Amino acid sequence: MSYSEKVIDHYNHPRNVGSMDKASADVGTGLVGAPECGDVMKLQIKVNPQTNVIEDAKFKTFGCGSAIASSSLATEWVKGKTIHEALEIKNTEIVKELALPPVKIHCSVLAEDAIRAAIGDWKKKQDATKPAEMQAR
Amino acid sequence: MSTNGNKATPTSHATEQGAVPNGIKLPIYMDNHATTPMDPRVLEEMLPYFMEKFGNAASRNHPFGWAAEEAVELSRERIAELIGATAKEIVFTSGATESDNLAIKGVAEMYREKGNHIITAVTEHKAVLDTCKHLEKLGFRVTYLPVQKDGLIDLDDLKRSMDDKTILVTIMAANNEIGVVQPIAEIGKLCRERGVIFHTDAVQAIGKIPMDVNKMNIDVASITGHKLYGPKGAGALYVRRKNPRVQLVPMIDGGGHERGMRSGTLNVPGIVGLGKACAIAQEEMAQESCKMAGLRNRLKDSIMSRLDETYINGSTEHRLPGNLNISFAYVEGESLLMGINDIAVSSGSACTSATLEPSYVLKALGTGDDLAHSSIRFGIGRFNTEAEVDYVADRVVETVQRLRELSPLYEMAKEGVDLKSVKWAAEAH
Repeated sequence: MSYSEKVIDHYNHPRNVGSMDKASADVGTGLVGAPECGDVMKLQIKVNPQTNVIEDAKFKTFGCGSAIASSSLATEWVKGKTIHEALEIKNTEIVKELALPPVKIHCSVLAEDAIRAAIGDWKKKQDATKPAEMQAR
Repeated sequence: MSTNGNKATPTSHATEQGAVPNGIKLPIYMDNHATTPMDPRVLEEMLPYFMEKFGNAASRNHPFGWAAEEAVELSRERIAELIGATAKEIVFTSGATESDNLAIKGVAEMYREKGNHIITAVTEHKAVLDTCKHLEKLGFRVTYLPVQKDGLIDLDDLKRSMDDKTILVTIMAANNEIGVVQPIAEIGKLCRERGVIFHTDAVQAIGKIPMDVNKMNIDVASITGHKLYGPKGAGALYVRRKNPRVQLVPMIDGGGHERGMRSGTLNVPGIVGLGKACAIAQEEMAQESCKMAGLRNRLKDSIMSRLDETYINGSTEHRLPGNLNISFAYVEGESLLMGINDIAVSSGSACTSATLEPSYVLKALGTGDDLAHSSIRFGIGRFNTEAEVDYVADRVVETVQRLRELSPLYEMAKEGVDLKSVKWAAEAH
């Protein structure tokens, strides 16, 4: 198994490692994968409710080097993007950026899932706190 | 097993830190179950047989042939002596896979009229398992014995599985992943009492622990050179000639070499190397296995005293002296290999295997898939040193600690979350 230099760089120097308060209304948490499959990613985003811009992102990953790199890259990419823009990120772009071999494509899929799951969690919290008429609009 | 083969330029930790301890040359080889480096004494003995003494051992009428034959016969004696056999009972092959195939298919075909039932175990090497699967397609019935939590088969299971159609039991002496040593003498005794042929894949055991085909009632045994500091491509099969005489149908037909059991011109340099490797093992095994066990225990204690939630896979009592197989909870094996890329070891993680399935051996022990993904196999060998063991232990400990800081599972476990109760959304698989 040979890794691309970008994967090795993310593995040796992962970006945005850490955790945020998952109870906070502004924080969305995505937890995807399963231990028995060998990959679990936790990706968290902190969203500005006025602008819908993702102001911060953190991750922790159990998985191979490519899984760590995919989630590390995902946090870099979502930061500064609006929720809408972040949902546009495709796993194929992660594959391309990290030069992942076919056997590692599932790592990029998992990273895309993690972004969606985090955004989904944040939206759910927003919907729960917003007044009813705002939701109706 | 997937091995640590990071081909991209390794950003060597040690060079980054600028501190490789004295007497250590990187990368460190600690994967001696996959293959061993050749002992220089073996190479020295082989060299003349490439150029000056190039004769064909089957050439009966000139000195070139005689010199080759003499060397082959000396090797036969040396191999036989190591396992308590006689020289005539040694058949040369290309290695372990061929030996296993010849033993199992050869016995199955020869004794088919007597019965069609074969017994093996789920933790056998693929050379045995896939051969048995092939025979199933031809109408043989195969029982795959489960193993207990420590990796050993249950002798009562074996006894219960034997019936009047059983012609062959094939159980490995020592496992290649977890180093667990099966109760070979007890299995041999059971087989002998019932008149069933007993084959053992002994490639990991020979030269590491005492093996005696008579004391252990072994009828057929697979041997290979490159697991005991000899050359690759040189193997042998022990085939009992007396009490009882075992006969095999050959897999390779041709010039009738090796008493008709394995035709083909003999690989004289390889055979010389295999013989020398056995002679060295015969001399040094007792002392060496003591040293191996000492280094293995040093590695184990150094790692396990500094890390919580690490688990040894397989019996610690019935085990090869140089083997250590540990699962590091909450850390995925391949990422751990990547972090220790100046050390050559293997993982039971699925991540680099084509099937994306973790080690079937660890699964057979009842190790959960999560812990199977987290396993590392260390194979200590003749040329490893105490300084290397200490370096490896330090690197493993710091890398596991770093990866656990990165692991959501470790964080959840520390928060008191029961990971087994979490509903995981595994969409990617």
